[in-house]
Amino acid sequence: MDRLIELQGLFWQSTLETLYIVGITLAFGGIGGLLIGVALYITRKNGLLANAPVSIALNLLVNFFRPIPFVIFIGAVQPLARLVVGIGIGNKAIIFALSLAAAFGIGRIVEQNLVGVDPGVIEAARAMGASRPRIIVGVLIPEALGPLILGYTFVFVALVDMSAIAGVIGGGGLGNFALVYGYRQFNPAVTWGAVIAIVVIVQVAQFAGNLLARKVLRR
Amino acid sequence: MAIIELDNVSKVFPRAHRGATPVSAVEDVTLHVEAGEIAGVIGYSGAGKSTLVRLINALEKTTSGTITVDGTRITGLSERRLQRVRLGIGMIFQQFNLFSSRTVWGNIAYPLQIAGVPKDQHQRRVSELLHFVGLADKAHSYPDQLSGGQKQRVGIARALATSPKVLLADEATSALDPETTQDVLRLLKKVNVELGITTVVITHEMEVVKSIADRVVVMEQGRVVEDGSAFDVFAHPKHPTTKRFVGTLVADVPTGATLEALRANHPGRLVTLAFHDDSLPQSRAFAELASSGVEFELVHGGMEDVQGRSFGNLTLALRGPDDAIDSALGRLRVGLSATEVA
Repeated sequence: MDRLIELQGLFWQSTLETLYIVGITLAFGGIGGLLIGVALYITRKNGLLANAPVSIALNLLVNFFRPIPFVIFIGAVQPLARLVVGIGIGNKAIIFALSLAAAFGIGRIVEQNLVGVDPGVIEAARAMGASRPRIIVGVLIPEALGPLILGYTFVFVALVDMSAIAGVIGGGGLGNFALVYGYRQFNPAVTWGAVIAIVVIVQVAQFAGNLLARKVLRR
Repeated sequence: MAIIELDNVSKVFPRAHRGATPVSAVEDVTLHVEAGEIAGVIGYSGAGKSTLVRLINALEKTTSGTITVDGTRITGLSERRLQRVRLGIGMIFQQFNLFSSRTVWGNIAYPLQIAGVPKDQHQRRVSELLHFVGLADKAHSYPDQLSGGQKQRVGIARALATSPKVLLADEATSALDPETTQDVLRLLKKVNVELGITTVVITHEMEVVKSIADRVVVMEQGRVVEDGSAFDVFAHPKHPTTKRFVGTLVADVPTGATLEALRANHPGRLVTLAFHDDSLPQSRAFAELASSGVEFELVHGGMEDVQGRSFGNLTLALRGPDDAIDSALGRLRVGLSATEVA
């Protein structure tokens, strides 16, 4: 316990780092995932832009990336990280790898939520003369917004989990803090300090997500 | 002048999976709907009527044939051009298909947005439409707070927002109870009469057609099997399918179990008399029977009103000497058709 108080500064910094990594990832991965999910949805059979070859290719791509364990994925995309963000280690590289992995996962969640939208309202919008982009932005996404918010909340929690591995390429955050100062130095109090911080972050995020979704769904 | 013209239109859906056969939903349909009329397209489920109505606003592409709406040939148009055409064709649906994420107001304003109507004009138009459909107090409600009838009123207001010339109603009352159905049908009639909007109503309920249609089109297995004025179709149905539909509302010559029950309860000869506006009036027919010494009892049937004209089949049980009955029937047959029930 004394050790945790000693490490207070580092603890708070790690907490902020986790929030930073997860926040930026949610933004980039979220946008990428939304695009992938919409593409998966509209190219489906009987979709707004039904296209079997594109649909098959997208599904193969998503299914290729999704099963790779994240700790291996980080190493596998390191060369790509150097190319895109200019560095293969540290928080930048972790955010890159995490965003990429998240985009494919989010893509599936977005697709699932869009499939739940009543095809009748899409047909109604088409009958009114709305163009496809307008239908996607003005009807499809608003109609699925409640479930989408819950989906993104789920992803946020998953990202907090995945970001704990950041230490393997020199990234920071609560996971790294717990491993380096808690586990490796035989100091359970420090480990548990990090655990509690993570639990608090997750609880707050889930609460906020539920609240927002309920507001959107009006129930 | 015909505002909707379908000429030799067919729609074949490609086979759903390997081994299945392609589905021919609409086959060689030629149908011209006159401006200002309400055309009722009736058929059992799977008759192709929902596909037919979706060909008119090109939600489905025709396989062959041509379709012209308000002078624009829509077969072969690009999606972008079709989007403009669809602004002039409103559509309402069985399940209403309202946007659950928008208020009543937002639902009605959406087509205005699509049509590029400037925002400052939305207020006036939406409130005009809300008054027209009688939902001025529901502007800020969400669809899930409305009853079925109210939802369809919003659907109608939304379909009318861009002042279309044509309104397509796809089983618009099938999800509603009988009373609400009549409310919505009255509103559709009002749309037709007050705004002069040509309306195509798709339904499997003869009641709907009887209430509002000027013209009846009967479909079966993708084809039009009967097409005529509502009165003619109701008073003189020709195709067996039409007869079955008309039979759900208008009593015909009794057969089967109905006939057995009538025989058991009413002694005498059963005769069905067909009355309409131009036939011998009922008063004269009944006076003729009475003066011939024939006792009669009305046992089956009734009179119907379609498009302001009345007609109906009345089955009577006649009692008296056979020769008196025969000679009375002979005199009646000069002015109407009388069928002795076998």
